[in-house]
Amino acid sequence: MRNPLSDKVTAIAPSGIRKFFDIASEMKDVVSLGVGEPDFDTPWHIRDEGIYSLERGRTFYTSNSGLKELREEISNYLKRRCHIEYDPLHEILVTVGGSEGIDIALRAMLNPGDEVLIPQPCYVSYLPCVVLADGVPVTIELKEENEFRLTKEELLEKITDKTKLLVLPFPNNPTGAVMRRKDLEDIAEVIIEHDLYVLSDEIYSELTYQGDHVSIASLPGMWERTLTINGFSKSYAMTGWRLGYICGPQEIVQQMTKIHQFAIMCAPTTSQYAAVQALRNGDGDVAKMRESYNQRRRYLMHRFQEMGLKCFEPFGAFYVFPCIKEFGLTSDEFAMRLLEEEHVAVVPGSAFGECGEGFLRISYAYSIEALKVALERLERFIQRLKKA
Amino acid sequence: MREQILTFLEKNSKIDLKELAVLLGSSEEVIANEVAKMEEEQVICGYHTLIDWEKTSSEKVTALIEVRVTPQRGQGFDSIAERIYNYPEVQSVYLISGAYDLLVILQGKTLREVSSFVSDKLSTLDTVLSTATHFILKKYKDYGTILGKKSKDERMLVTP
Repeated sequence: MRNPLSDKVTAIAPSGIRKFFDIASEMKDVVSLGVGEPDFDTPWHIRDEGIYSLERGRTFYTSNSGLKELREEISNYLKRRCHIEYDPLHEILVTVGGSEGIDIALRAMLNPGDEVLIPQPCYVSYLPCVVLADGVPVTIELKEENEFRLTKEELLEKITDKTKLLVLPFPNNPTGAVMRRKDLEDIAEVIIEHDLYVLSDEIYSELTYQGDHVSIASLPGMWERTLTINGFSKSYAMTGWRLGYICGPQEIVQQMTKIHQFAIMCAPTTSQYAAVQALRNGDGDVAKMRESYNQRRRYLMHRFQEMGLKCFEPFGAFYVFPCIKEFGLTSDEFAMRLLEEEHVAVVPGSAFGECGEGFLRISYAYSIEALKVALERLERFIQRLKKA
Repeated sequence: MREQILTFLEKNSKIDLKELAVLLGSSEEVIANEVAKMEEEQVICGYHTLIDWEKTSSEKVTALIEVRVTPQRGQGFDSIAERIYNYPEVQSVYLISGAYDLLVILQGKTLREVSSFVSDKLSTLDTVLSTATHFILKKYKDYGTILGKKSKDERMLVTP
C-alpha cells in the first residue's frame, strides 16, 4: 500500500504537553497547575443568552464573517479597550477561537519560503502552523534578564531578506510577560523600516496587572501592517465556546475569509449570540476575574519567595515562569519527578521552545485553596531536592 | 481597600489576615487595623457561619411572613419593627416596598410553634393589619452560596 500520509504533517513533532497529560490523567489525586484556561465558569448572563438563542431556534449558519451585530460589538470593544478602529463590515472576521485566526492568517499571507519570526517561549501552535502554511519559522530566543520581552536588537538580529511576518504573542503564554508601550514602539520602528507585517495574538489582553494593555496596531504606522487576534476564551472564561476574531486591513481579511469560508463556513452560531451579550454587558465580569487572577498572582509570587524559588514577576496572562536551573534537572525531568513524587502537574518550559529549558510554566487559573495544596507539595519537593 | 476586605470576609470570615494581606498586596498590619476600625464602626456587624440545617438532626422550620401595618404618627415603621424584632425567634425584619410593609423571617422548631407566634404575638399587635405566612420548603441557595453542591474542576489536567 502507498503511504497514506503527508510528509509535511508527519515531520511535525507532537506537542510536548501530551506526555504529561497522559500520565497525569492516569493518576489519582493529581493536583494540577498545568491548565491553560480559566477556572471560572462563563458568567451566567452570557450562558443564558446562548440558551435563549437555542430556544428561539437560532440554529443556522451565520454569514461567513460572523453575525453583523457581533462584528459591530467587536468593533466597539476594540475601540473602547484597545484604541484601534476596525470597520465591522470589511475588517473583522469571527473565527473558531483565536487558534483559527493564527492558522488562516499564516495561510493567507505566506508564500513558500517566506520567513516568520516567532519569539519563544511561546504558545505551541505558531511554529507548526507556519510549517503547514509553507513558511519557514525562525525563532527568537527571549531572555529572562529582559523579563521575556522582545527587544529591538533581538528582532534585528533575525531579520533577513526573506522575513515577512513577526508573530507577537503578548501578554505571553507561558511566561506571563507583557510588552509595554515603549517596548512596542521600539519594535514598530524596526517593523516599518524593514517593511514587515505583525500577527499580534492578544488573546490575554484583558489580563494585565500593571497598566493597560497596548495593542501594537494602535501605534502610528502599524495599523496597516498588523493583524490583531483576540477572542472570548480567556477574558470571558469561554474556552469551550470556541470563539475568537481576527482583524486587519480589508485586503488580508478578504483572503482569510476565503479560507474560513471553505474550511469552516462560520463560527458556532450559539457562541456568537452569547458573545454579543459578553461584549455588551461583560466588562464588570472581566474586571472581577482580573482582580481574582491578580490576587492569586501575588499569592504565588509570595509563596515562591518563601520557598526560595526564583521567578521574575510577570504582569500578564495567568502564568508564572519560575527558573529551576539551580536544581540540576532539566525542565522535563523536574516536571516528571514532581508529578511522580508529589502528584503535581506542571508544564515544563521546554514544551514552549528550546529557550524555555530550565523553567516551568505554572498556571494560576485555580482557586487559592487549590493553589495552597499544590504549592505545599511543590515546596516539599523543592526542599527534598535542595537537601539531596 | 475596605470594599476588597469586605468582599473576602463576606465569603470567608475565617480568612487569615496575613494571607489576605498578600492577596491584596498590602501588609497584615494595615489589614488588621482596617478590620478593627470596621468592627468599631459596626460596618462589620458579626462573623456568622452559614449552616445547612437540613443536614443535621435538628428540626427547624423557617417562615417568611408578610406583614401589613399602620405606621404610627411621628415614628413611621420603626417602632413597630422594633416590637417585632425584639422577639428572639425573629431572624430578620425588613421594611419592604410594594403590597405589604414588613417582611419578617422567623425560625421555629415546628410548624405549630411558628403559627402560634403569628397568631398569638404578631397578629395581636395593634398596628398589624394583616399577615401572610409562607413556609420555606427547601433552600437551594443562601447568602450567595449554593447549598449542598461541591463544585468539581472538570478541566483537563494539562492544556497548552
